Amino acid sequence: MANLSRADVEHVAHLARLGLTEEELARLEGQLNHILDQYTILTTLDTEHIPPTAQTIELANILREDVVQPSLTADEALANAPERSGGHLVVPAILGGGEGGA
Amino acid sequence: MTVAQAAGKSGALEKYEAVIGIEIHCQLKTVSKMFCGCSTDIDGAAPNSHCCPVCLGLPGVLPTINKAAVEFVIATGFAIEATVASTTRWDRKNYFYPDLPKGYQISQYQLPLAANGRLTFDTSDGPFTVRVNRAHLEEDTGRLIHQDLDGRRVSLIDFNRSGMPLMEIVTEPNIRTAEQARRYAEELRLLMRTIGASDAEMENGQMRVEANVSIRPIGREAFGTRVEVKNMNSMRAVERAIAFEIERQAVAIDAGESIHMETRGWDEGSQSTYHMRPKEEENDYRYFPEPDLPPLLTTPEWLAEIKARLPELPATRRTRYREAYGLSAYDAGVLVNDAAATALFEGALAAGAGVPAKLLANWVTGEYMRLAKGEGSGGSTDPAELAALVKLVAAGAISGTNAKEIFAEHFASGAKVAAIVESRGFRQISDAGALGAAIDTVLAANPAAVADYRAGTLAAIGFLVGQVMKATRGQANAAMVQTALRERLDKV
Repeated sequence: MANLSRADVEHVAHLARLGLTEEELARLEGQLNHILDQYTILTTLDTEHIPPTAQTIELANILREDVVQPSLTADEALANAPERSGGHLVVPAILGGGEGGA
Repeated sequence: MTVAQAAGKSGALEKYEAVIGIEIHCQLKTVSKMFCGCSTDIDGAAPNSHCCPVCLGLPGVLPTINKAAVEFVIATGFAIEATVASTTRWDRKNYFYPDLPKGYQISQYQLPLAANGRLTFDTSDGPFTVRVNRAHLEEDTGRLIHQDLDGRRVSLIDFNRSGMPLMEIVTEPNIRTAEQARRYAEELRLLMRTIGASDAEMENGQMRVEANVSIRPIGREAFGTRVEVKNMNSMRAVERAIAFEIERQAVAIDAGESIHMETRGWDEGSQSTYHMRPKEEENDYRYFPEPDLPPLLTTPEWLAEIKARLPELPATRRTRYREAYGLSAYDAGVLVNDAAATALFEGALAAGAGVPAKLLANWVTGEYMRLAKGEGSGGSTDPAELAALVKLVAAGAISGTNAKEIFAEHFASGAKVAAIVESRGFRQISDAGALGAAIDTVLAANPAAVADYRAGTLAAIGFLVGQVMKATRGQANAAMVQTALRERLDKV
């Protein structure tokens, strides 16, 4: 039995910026533990001779040359913006989070 | 009393050792962005004018990898003697912030392009080698401006910078002093410029330096709690911010306080660091392999081609200047640190066959750099003209003082050295007869100095040399004047 606690579920919900009700948290705790249980079954398989796989498509090295292509106009870029000011997109100020350019 | 003074007084710095790791982000010098074809020429551009569906993070688009950006990171990997991976992959780093439109940054986590490198440079304590953990490729974020708009606190977003190629270079925590950290950043900046991977100007964010700083009692192996320091916008700020942070932590620990994992910013005004935010744990980014990009395999042929294109690197160049031209380590360092000075030195060597390299180096690091860095320096130097001037000086055809005037005039007006020498009559007088007349006149006019010298005040000869130089408008060969004066004065 996977051992995801209620606190884990709340943490993951916070990271995903999901506001969940008590009821949803309880339901998701059960569902997530159930999913993890399925993976627990997979871990019993012998994968010793299988290389780690992150991609299932048979492609590699799709590169493009360093050539400039036209951009959208600023007007087109902001066409779906809920609010703009002086060519900028406007959003409510978020304090204290993020990586700020890293 | 400042924190630094407090630490000095408490002797805290003698009890603790700093453990410093540096992360540097460099904007790579490609013409298009990392995963789309938008132009990277965004300086001064109207906001959101260099964007497309890919770098705006619109749904349903696919990134494609910029080959030139990959090659810059591989070239850097070779330059820092790192292992360049044969297989690399991309990962998503997930976090939510308005400067990141997709909600994740495409980066490299498990399989960076380059790993296990090192960079050696000089410090005031001798050579030091920083071990580099990794160099990887990622995309930059947009730019936020926080401000009030109609009484509301808002953020304005400009996505022009979103998707610009960034190389992140992370060291091992084997740096121990603030000076080593600054010198590492300086050497890496020089390397970036030499390779042409980045202009690496700190002032405009092309190069961003962050430091992880902790301290531990000397002799203990376990690391202390580390603090991340940001917002250092110059090399001097890097050194000062780290020195401040080491002292701050020492004072805090001595006062029985504990250090918290946090991100602190450097404030230039107060010359101190301040709390920005608590540091999130690394696994909160929930990295996972980027499904939209296939893996990147580097063939031996491709790597060999990139390696062959590398220019002479700063360390090699410094060694060559010392060994081939007999320059001091200091002069070689000053020359190589300045791209324009290096180009002038190399250009003059190439243009002026037989120009003495050591004297030339003195002119470049001395007069040229002084003028180039001076107020309103709009001048330039023709390498061939500098070579000609240095040859005249070496042959004793013009005096050092006059040569400086000639150089200043060439720097300001671009006039040829030979033309300045002719038009201003700067040929050096090395003719004994012509000098003799000037010397006799000066001796006759200064009986007091002559008496002083003969009474044993040998320094009086300096005054007399000066008078002869003045009488000949600086054209006399000063060494010859001194010899001729001695001959006459020592004759009783």
